[in-house]
Amino acid sequence: MGLRDLALIVLFAAIIAALGWVPKVDLPFAAGVPITAQSMGVTLAGVMLGARRGALAAALFVLLLLFGAPLLAGGRGGLEVFAGPTAGFILGFIPAAFVSGYLFDRWSLRLGMFGAAFLASVVGGYVLLNLIGIPVLMAVNGTGLDEAAVTALSLLPGGLLKALATGVVSYVTRPDKVAGTEAGV
Amino acid sequence: MISNYLGRETWLHRMPAGAKLAALAILSVVILPVDDWRALVAALAGVVLLYASLGKEAFKRLAMIRSFAVLLAIIAALHLLAGTWQEAVAAVARLVMMILLADLVSMTTTMQAMMAALTPVLTLLRPFGLNPRKLSLAVSLAIRFIPVLSANWEARSEAWRARTGRRPSFRLLGPFIADTFRIADHVAEALDARGVARSRRGGREWG
Repeated sequence: MGLRDLALIVLFAAIIAALGWVPKVDLPFAAGVPITAQSMGVTLAGVMLGARRGALAAALFVLLLLFGAPLLAGGRGGLEVFAGPTAGFILGFIPAAFVSGYLFDRWSLRLGMFGAAFLASVVGGYVLLNLIGIPVLMAVNGTGLDEAAVTALSLLPGGLLKALATGVVSYVTRPDKVAGTEAGV
Repeated sequence: MISNYLGRETWLHRMPAGAKLAALAILSVVILPVDDWRALVAALAGVVLLYASLGKEAFKRLAMIRSFAVLLAIIAALHLLAGTWQEAVAAVARLVMMILLADLVSMTTTMQAMMAALTPVLTLLRPFGLNPRKLSLAVSLAIRFIPVLSANWEARSEAWRARTGRRPSFRLLGPFIADTFRIADHVAEALDARGVARSRRGGREWG
């Protein structure tokens, strides 16, 4: 892994952290899972940097939280985040970035920048993230499938909006041109 | 760097970070299977006493549980709907206790101590291509660049407001990300100039 890869991973981890300043939205029926811009930062890292570097950026962000930096939207951080009910969403950031990046690379030639980034973000940032986050939420809260379905549905509009933003950003910045190849990472 | 670290030294500050993390892990395993609400409330009272033993500032930190208030209310309501009030009390007490215990460790351990305690664990990942030295460099760089990128975004928002008189839109994200790639080039050059890449016996790559 070269120095530029390291710099990109660090900067995208910092972008995910900086997106925590965007105010979060708490929906009453999302079982306490906030809608934040940070999960968009995660799919953005995957799409922009590719699967491996994107996942490493998300992992670096999670590690900073683990070390006690209060970087989550709303100023939370530290070990208590990993003891709480949203722990699955936080740890799910890493595979979400990986899958978004992987799918974007596979689809970008066929679907174009916008379509590939949008679909990859929906699959990685919404479907996969909820598949990891909601079971953990259910286990910690001891709730059933009905609540899980309500939570997933109430997070859908935000998820689509964030995927749309990722799509537009990829359309303007052309990750295939700027990010360089991932070979040898 | 803002953090929830407690400035004034207490007896818990003097405990080694590794011991605190191990204690936290063991307590979590012990607490999770307990279902009796009386036992959980008693244990929670014990945790509150622990906070009190650390002095007034630490005791005030108990208020941070308020940021979980919505979540706790929802959990309590769900349990009341589906089961008994004893279950609701047990679920809330267990969760509050886990969060407070974890916060106790974050509150009394510096980021450096936490990193030092976790590095041996992370070293286990070495076969998967993780280099602990590279990791600590990445952590310190990331902490350094969070305010830099925030300031960059703020400057863009202000310029946007001055030009348009409207609220900053997500359209700023494109140039912001493009600028981040430019900054990454500078960071890579700066690291290279400081000989970071050549620190391993003359090799340019350090994977």
